[in-house]
Amino acid sequence: MTAASLGSTGSVPAAPARRVSVVTGLQNSFTLTWRSVLKIRTNAEDLLGLSLQPVMFLLLFTYVFGGAIEHGNVQAYLEYVMPGILVQTVLFATLGTGLMLNQDISAGIFDRFRSLPIARWAPLAGAILGDVARYVISVVVTLGFGVVLGFRVHTNPVAAVAGCLLVLAFAMAMCWLSALIGLSVKTPQGVQVFGFIAMFPLIFASGLLVPVSTMPGWLQAFAKANPVTLLAAACRGLMVRGAVAVPAGESMLWALGLVLVFAPLAVRVYRRKT
Amino acid sequence: MTDAIRAEGLEKNFGKTCALAGIDLAARAGTMLGVLGPNGAGKTTAVRILTTLLQPDGGRAMVGGYDVVTDAHRVRQLVGLTGQYASVDDGLTGTNNLVMIGRLLGLSRRDSRATAAELLARFDLSEAAGRPVKTYSGGMRRRIDLAASLVGRPKVLFLDEPTTGLDPQARSDVWDMIGGLVTEGVTVLLTTQYLEEADQLADDIAVIDHGKVIATGTPDELKARVGGQVLEVVPADLSRLADVSAVLAGWTSNTPVQDPSGRRVTIQLSKASVLPGIVRQLDDSEIELAEFSLHKSSLDEVFLTLTGHHAEVDGGMAGTDTPREPELAGRAPGGTQGSTR
Repeated sequence: MTAASLGSTGSVPAAPARRVSVVTGLQNSFTLTWRSVLKIRTNAEDLLGLSLQPVMFLLLFTYVFGGAIEHGNVQAYLEYVMPGILVQTVLFATLGTGLMLNQDISAGIFDRFRSLPIARWAPLAGAILGDVARYVISVVVTLGFGVVLGFRVHTNPVAAVAGCLLVLAFAMAMCWLSALIGLSVKTPQGVQVFGFIAMFPLIFASGLLVPVSTMPGWLQAFAKANPVTLLAAACRGLMVRGAVAVPAGESMLWALGLVLVFAPLAVRVYRRKT
Repeated sequence: MTDAIRAEGLEKNFGKTCALAGIDLAARAGTMLGVLGPNGAGKTTAVRILTTLLQPDGGRAMVGGYDVVTDAHRVRQLVGLTGQYASVDDGLTGTNNLVMIGRLLGLSRRDSRATAAELLARFDLSEAAGRPVKTYSGGMRRRIDLAASLVGRPKVLFLDEPTTGLDPQARSDVWDMIGGLVTEGVTVLLTTQYLEEADQLADDIAVIDHGKVIATGTPDELKARVGGQVLEVVPADLSRLADVSAVLAGWTSNTPVQDPSGRRVTIQLSKASVLPGIVRQLDDSEIELAEFSLHKSSLDEVFLTLTGHHAEVDGGMAGTDTPREPELAGRAPGGTQGSTR
């Protein structure tokens, strides 16, 4: 029996194609990206979380640590910590990628996708592309509230935007780790737990919130090599002052490395997921 | 015309658990095959293999003429799947869910919207079209799942327990919709634990238990296999139930079964000619009768005979004391009903 012999006037071609073309795969991915973005719009809680978290972190860190670290000069600390909070917020937002994948699997939406004649990689690509929208929201809210608190860009707008793009690029690398976690663990709680275990050392054992020079030697070694330190430094350079080229280059090398390691792993787990 | 669905010797193990121990299934194009079995019989595993979600460990299967393993992508273009594990997105509206699937299937934006609107109307969901699916009731939810599997106008539709957990009204709505699809020429494989559902809807039935097909045939053939007829006796004085059993036991080689509710005795009869004798002996024993009826075996009785246990353990429609739903008889298309009672 062939499809044509049933004589239906359906949308499925009479002679089904054997494979999906890359172009079709990309179209599939964009459709699923649209879905992710639509979900942000309709999920008020997620949107609130994305917005309130950076506000909370900025307030806490600026006013709790600011006085202690910069000898009472809150404004000086804000300049230091602002790019760091930006990095931190977006890194936490990457956990959403894993959470969403995990929910899609347990709710059966992935099985629906897998039963459709679409590219196998499209749901994964769509989820990750869709999350870029969430990261952009995080960046905008963080910067916006930073400005309200008194943060000012000392370089120029183009450099500041470049800083944001750098953070976004790094987040797109990190979200593969999140995707791997989301695809590997059974429950959303598991995603949170393992996500935080991976994120906390990266974020706190870094030059994100405090200068690395205040740490013991062994920790300094870790913190100096930590891509988060590099990324925050590059961002600081692009928005406030300091070196740009070296930390930016190194952090992007890290991002590349993360993608090279975690993307194949995530895709592997994703393919084996049944 | 070859079979739209054909499975030969499908095997699947999950670790040490054997889910499918080599099953054969066949559905002729344009008919409905009912796969009937209790929880854990392997129904879902079979459907997942046939819809390319799972690879079999052994055996092979063709859907629409294509191998589900080596030609999976082609199979996916022909099939639709509705099951509790292949769902729609809770956070999106009914319309957006269907539009998304239309777009994924390569329809233009306009065609996706038109198809979505058409399906929502057909499944009586137009009013809820703009609401997130998480606000839907159980019946609506199942209808949107069904609609989602129809966006691509599948030639072969897999419905994995489409009515489990629905109330009778919602269930009969879903039955109507499924019946309509078969009339349109879609081949349907329906799994169910509800004997009635298979009886009402399916052209052919495969009964599976512990990963094996234990019987196949039309609903009538299956019923005929168990001796065909069931005699049901209710004494006016329920305390004499045991006496009734004793009398009945003398007339056939089958064992009389006392209803768990303690209100009636049933027994399988292979021929109706023993009836006068039974009536006479009951009369001689001075047992006054409230009810005395003969009917074709129901699928539950078939199941009991074939497997030695009732079809459904956790309550529901299949228990012997559950009232059947005569108001649904005659609603189901496919023309297989009307043989029970």
